[in-house]
Amino acid sequence: MSMSVTESIVTIALVVIATMLTRFLPFMLFPAGRKAPTVIRYLGQVLPTAVIAMLVIYCLKDAVFSARHALPELIAIAFIVVLHKLFHSMMISVVGGTVGYMLLMQHVFVG
Amino acid sequence: MKANQYHRWLRAFKSAWPRTIPICAAFFAIGLSYGFLMHSLGFAWYYPAAMSFFIYAGAMEFVTINLLLSPFNPLHAFLLALMVNARHVFYGISMLDKFKGMGLKKFYLIFGMCDETFSINCSAKLPEDIDRGCFMTWVTLLNQMYWVGGALAGALFGNLININAKGIDFMMTALFTAIVLEQWDSIPEHRPALLGFSLSALCLLLCGPQNFVLPAMGAILGVLLLLRPRLQIAQAVSTCKE
Repeated sequence: MSMSVTESIVTIALVVIATMLTRFLPFMLFPAGRKAPTVIRYLGQVLPTAVIAMLVIYCLKDAVFSARHALPELIAIAFIVVLHKLFHSMMISVVGGTVGYMLLMQHVFVG
Repeated sequence: MKANQYHRWLRAFKSAWPRTIPICAAFFAIGLSYGFLMHSLGFAWYYPAAMSFFIYAGAMEFVTINLLLSPFNPLHAFLLALMVNARHVFYGISMLDKFKGMGLKKFYLIFGMCDETFSINCSAKLPEDIDRGCFMTWVTLLNQMYWVGGALAGALFGNLININAKGIDFMMTALFTAIVLEQWDSIPEHRPALLGFSLSALCLLLCGPQNFVLPAMGAILGVLLLLRPRLQIAQAVSTCKE
């Protein structure tokens, strides 16, 4: 870890507070069944997908600027797409993709 | 009176636990990998234990590992967690009426409302003699136990697994990629996903790996709001069908 213990506790605490805010906010804002504004409901439909896509890029952020420019990661992602098309199973995609990447890093892209 | 209370909880438990079995398998397995991942990155067992209990939002727990390994940036951590977990707001909106009059149970039900718990509590059809509040509390509690138990087991017994763990941190990328693919199949409107990819990639190239997340979140929110008239999705994701 690059952080001090205090810094890591502060980081975790802020993540907890933000997460709880997203869960408790509706109950504080819309008591007794007041209807949520349409713009909020619209964001509820489109934001989750966009954010998960952002998280994929977030995971690749350091690899993109490394010597291999995320080539091993992109190969593994392509492998996950194939697994997904074949099996449509979340578990197989995640485990297969991770094992595939580990094999790549340990045997193909060594050093 | 006391015996009555006991039976109410017992009946609710009998109805609740079978519905959590599929989640038990998935949560324990992913929790186990999460604990093992943190162990292999050098974190003490109480990190995954505390994080899986208090954050209790799968995707964000994985992202938090990354945050802990990066330079200290509290504002970034806070905003990222808000954005990643923004979907919970919409779960809350659909549960406003269902959690009404639950007393103290309500606080735990809201605290523990992850995606899977929401999907059970939102859709379960219960017989008349089952107390809805007790039922939902059991579902929430059982699911959280599977998850925290898995993470704890992975962290504690990680040193027994003697494999070359190099590259295991790709699990987080694999998880998010799999979620995107799953959503791609189930939602016909692909523009939000494509916008998420392209705007984030653009901001990454412009701002670099340390500073791209905030501009990317701003750009995604802004463009989605601008496109609102053209992106009205017919599918009502945030309504809770009985």
